[in-house]
Amino acid sequence: MIGTGVLKGMAVTARNFLGSYFEKDRLITVQYPEERETLPENYRNFPFLVYDNDPEAGLRCVACKICEKECPPQCIYIVKSDDKKPDYMGKPQFYPKIFDIDISVCMSCQICVEVCPFEAIKMDKVFELSRRERFDALLLRKDELAKSNTYYHGIHPLEAAEVDANLAAAAAAKKKPAPAPAVPKT
Amino acid sequence: MSATGFHELEGAPPKAMNARIEGDLMEVSMGPQHPSTHGVFRMNVALDGEVVRKLKPVFGYLHRNHEKIGENTSYLGSMPYTDRLDYFCSMTNNWAYALSVEKLAGIEVPERAEYLRVILAELTRLQNHVSLLGFLLSDMGAWGTPLMYAFREREKILDLFESLSGSRMMCDYMRFGGCRVDAGPDWFARAQKIIDAFPRFLDEFEELIVSNEILIARTQNVGKLSAELAINAGITGPMLRASGVNYDLRKVDGYGIYPRFKFRIPLGDHGDCYDRLMLRALEMRESLGILNQAMKEIPAGPIMNPKVKVRAFKPPIGEAYGRIEGPKGELGFYLISDGGASPYRYRVRPPSFINLTVLEDLCLGHTVADVMVILGSVDIVMGEVDR
Ligand code: SF4
Ligand code: SF4
Repeated sequence: MIGTGVLKGMAVTARNFLGSYFEKDRLITVQYPEERETLPENYRNFPFLVYDNDPEAGLRCVACKICEKECPPQCIYIVKSDDKKPDYMGKPQFYPKIFDIDISVCMSCQICVEVCPFEAIKMDKVFELSRRERFDALLLRKDELAKSNTYYHGIHPLEAAEVDANLAAAAAAKKKPAPAPAVPKT
Repeated sequence: MSATGFHELEGAPPKAMNARIEGDLMEVSMGPQHPSTHGVFRMNVALDGEVVRKLKPVFGYLHRNHEKIGENTSYLGSMPYTDRLDYFCSMTNNWAYALSVEKLAGIEVPERAEYLRVILAELTRLQNHVSLLGFLLSDMGAWGTPLMYAFREREKILDLFESLSGSRMMCDYMRFGGCRVDAGPDWFARAQKIIDAFPRFLDEFEELIVSNEILIARTQNVGKLSAELAINAGITGPMLRASGVNYDLRKVDGYGIYPRFKFRIPLGDHGDCYDRLMLRALEMRESLGILNQAMKEIPAGPIMNPKVKVRAFKPPIGEAYGRIEGPKGELGFYLISDGGASPYRYRVRPPSFINLTVLEDLCLGHTVADVMVILGSVDIVMGEVDR
């Protein structure tokens, strides 16, 4: 009979409508600003620079510029320092005089994180980044990018623990007479 | 050529128009901003009353120079760009690109990574087909409801992608010689739950549409594609199979580890919109079968080939074409390497672009309202068509 198909369809709609009151599966809406979902551990948005202890002297970045070279849309800009300063492990190293990431260009691909040999750059989870201005406001400078290792532990607990273990192992290997090159797993 | 591109119309009218030779054809530009064009896509149609007499697709609005960018960036750097081709199916795009680079450089992929790839590709197929059905129905005037159900299910799969790769749609998950992050047991538990619950949704959705008289009237015998034309035009994917041609790269090429799984290839009979729609529903059931097998059999082990360098990756001189059965059809990447850090030539074979080439043949003689249904059933994503 003509019309039965439509009626069947409407029964499905009714089932879904009523079901949405009882089954979590049928109504998955999250009322965003009031309710929030916890972000998964692996969630990534834009990169930030990790520092230990001090935001200026503790930066792990040694301005090797690998990430700048590998970043597909070329949104990282680094100027290497002329002098060396002791890094977080006390070894004299170059440091970035300027480190900018243009997050209006960044596509959150995580390649900078993968290629960095010093575990210096990691992905952030902040996503509420609307600004009133397109250019300067979305160009993150070194001081805005620098975030502490504690913060990193807060957003990616498992990954950060692994990174810390790798760094500790690399530091231990360095102390031996024949230093093994610190190649953290990428 | 005139501004609209209808220079032929100025001469003698084509045969099909003889019926109303005294009447005027109206030229309408559908799109580029049209809710049913799935992006920015324009169709110049010449209408006789409501009947389409001529149709000229105009694309390129979303052109982003994908191939040229690929030739100027490193091999790894192209991987996140492939996400942006068909942004519904970034996992399969990643796979196709990784496959061609692996062919080029002769890289082996560990077992576990192969299984993960299959699982993610089939999940991608599920969410692509389910959103296609939703969109198609909303193109037909079933505003909102079916699309909402479809997106509800799709969102569950995207959540899985997010917790694995870090992003819902721009997954950037696969790497040459494996995958980027491993999935833990709780991820598999969640995925299994979603896979187990999916058939119930499919049953419901089919009940919603299969016997619906309006849907049948709108789709049956609309936009028929003959098997011959489909083969000659190089159509692939569900569109080709809806015309009754048994051609699925998962069987034909047997790439990855697909030969290990038992699944059937659903085939259509008439090649009309209804067949194309139902074929996707059937394909989803087969995908669920593959998923269940893969989830059971997945071995433990590494997910990356340790020999592959992340930095300064340079494949040997040569060329390779890697292709996979994407949810929309044959997705291929053709690479020529001159031994440098970026490919000498980087070419994408986008299924939705090639499937779109027969649009005029499908639409002639149908009404304007049918054009939207036909376009919807082709399953295009403009990110991939325009690149
Ligand atoms: S973030 Fe890492 S890769 Fe980039 S310059 Fe600093 S140390 Fe080098
Ligand atoms: S996430 Fe990707 S695009 Fe963004 S800065 Fe890192 S490499 Fe560049």
